[in-house]
Amino acid sequence: MYEFRMPSLGADMKAAKLVEWKVKPGDKVNRGDIIAELETEKGDIDVEVFEDGVVDQLLVDPGNKLPVGTVLAIIKNGGEEIIHEVKPAMKKVEEEPVRKERPEISRPGYREQPIEKEHRVRASPLAKKVAADLGIDLKTVKGSGPNGAIEKADVVKAAEESKKEKIPKEVVFPEPERKATEERPFGMRQAIAAAMSRSNREIPHYYLQTEIDMSKPLKWLETENQKRGVKERLLPSVILMKAVAKALNDVPELNGYWQNDQLEIKDATHIGFAISLRQGGLIAPALHHVDMKNLDELMHDMLDLTMRTRSGKLRSSELTDGTITVTNLGDRGVETVYGVIYPPQVALIGFGKVTERPWAENGMLDVRRVLTATLSADHRATDGHRGALFLEALNRYLQDTENYE
Amino acid sequence: MSDDIARRAIIKVLGNIAPEAEVDKIEPNENLREALDLDSVDFLNFLVGLHDELGVEIPESDYGRLSTLSDIINYLTTKV
Repeated sequence: MYEFRMPSLGADMKAAKLVEWKVKPGDKVNRGDIIAELETEKGDIDVEVFEDGVVDQLLVDPGNKLPVGTVLAIIKNGGEEIIHEVKPAMKKVEEEPVRKERPEISRPGYREQPIEKEHRVRASPLAKKVAADLGIDLKTVKGSGPNGAIEKADVVKAAEESKKEKIPKEVVFPEPERKATEERPFGMRQAIAAAMSRSNREIPHYYLQTEIDMSKPLKWLETENQKRGVKERLLPSVILMKAVAKALNDVPELNGYWQNDQLEIKDATHIGFAISLRQGGLIAPALHHVDMKNLDELMHDMLDLTMRTRSGKLRSSELTDGTITVTNLGDRGVETVYGVIYPPQVALIGFGKVTERPWAENGMLDVRRVLTATLSADHRATDGHRGALFLEALNRYLQDTENYE
Repeated sequence: MSDDIARRAIIKVLGNIAPEAEVDKIEPNENLREALDLDSVDFLNFLVGLHDELGVEIPESDYGRLSTLSDIINYLTTKV
């Protein structure tokens, strides 16, 4: 059994509103199924469940805005004990109104999950079983047995009390009077401010830059697109994404998170793809498994992801599991972009506009279509040498049009 | 195809790609990508949407003829 909590959809999210449950108690759910819809600064998000199981209880009613970490549902997955990650729901909820009073911009959401000290709960096996069945957190139960051990009767009593109190029916965060459409850029601006301030404060960035001759890749693309209808057409972005994924395979230290003072390299390559919103702000939803997909699949995913970002319909995993970010400002005429890393990631790749530039090679001067690629990387995780190897590999994979697929 | 059918299809597709934009306020001679701040992914989604609505296949080499709303309407009405 486990508690399904309000997920943190990125380093910059503090709370979200539950719009709708997509499941009811008794429903079977598989990993990746959508169980609820949330309204956030990043649009309406479909929340996925992390493990297979059966929905046991839904603890929160739609319409409530709830802080990250709040228990939303209990899901049975065979195990007896409830697996706790953070705090019991009741305690968390009581805290919230107090926190709301002071404006806190600089504390990014995911840091707020306190690291709970391991606290051993003494309880009889029967009490544990009953607690699991009733969805009661043993840490909230006062024991009446020897040395304060919890017995079955204590659990039953606690369950009755918790029914009386009933999990938050009331709105936890007072809803602002502003309409959702007005709120989104405002809330998002604050969220971005928090994440970027933290990034600049904590991450010792280093920057590398290189010029890439895109003549050959773009020629390949143009020839390919002549053969393709509008629905199969490829964009330069997709070739760049694929080359980034291949180069990360050579230099995996750039693909991961810096957490607890160490680098955690990720096996999967989920590339966050920065999309600027016309109403203000930006979102970097993740293209999943870029290393394993071919160009057609990536193009399909990129079109779909962009459309859903624009209309505010993303899945929770797309907001949370980016392992590196790519920002492409080429469409806007900028030649070079030095990005700010999105924590806890450790690198960001920037692409500018492809322009015709003079290009000297083998003693000859020519005009080529050139792209400036930059790497912003976390110096705690990697050094400039590894970063340079990455950019070199990126160029090599881009030129290798024979192996595009 | 009549101007009206083309226009309605364009407005409908733009509604999906730029839901926050006031598409009906775009001047006929305004550059569409600039007016709506469409990036290359949005623009391709736009063409895919037109294909779905009208069955029209627009090659890359014709992109230059699709700057303004009236350009696109002209293009579509002559093509289909």
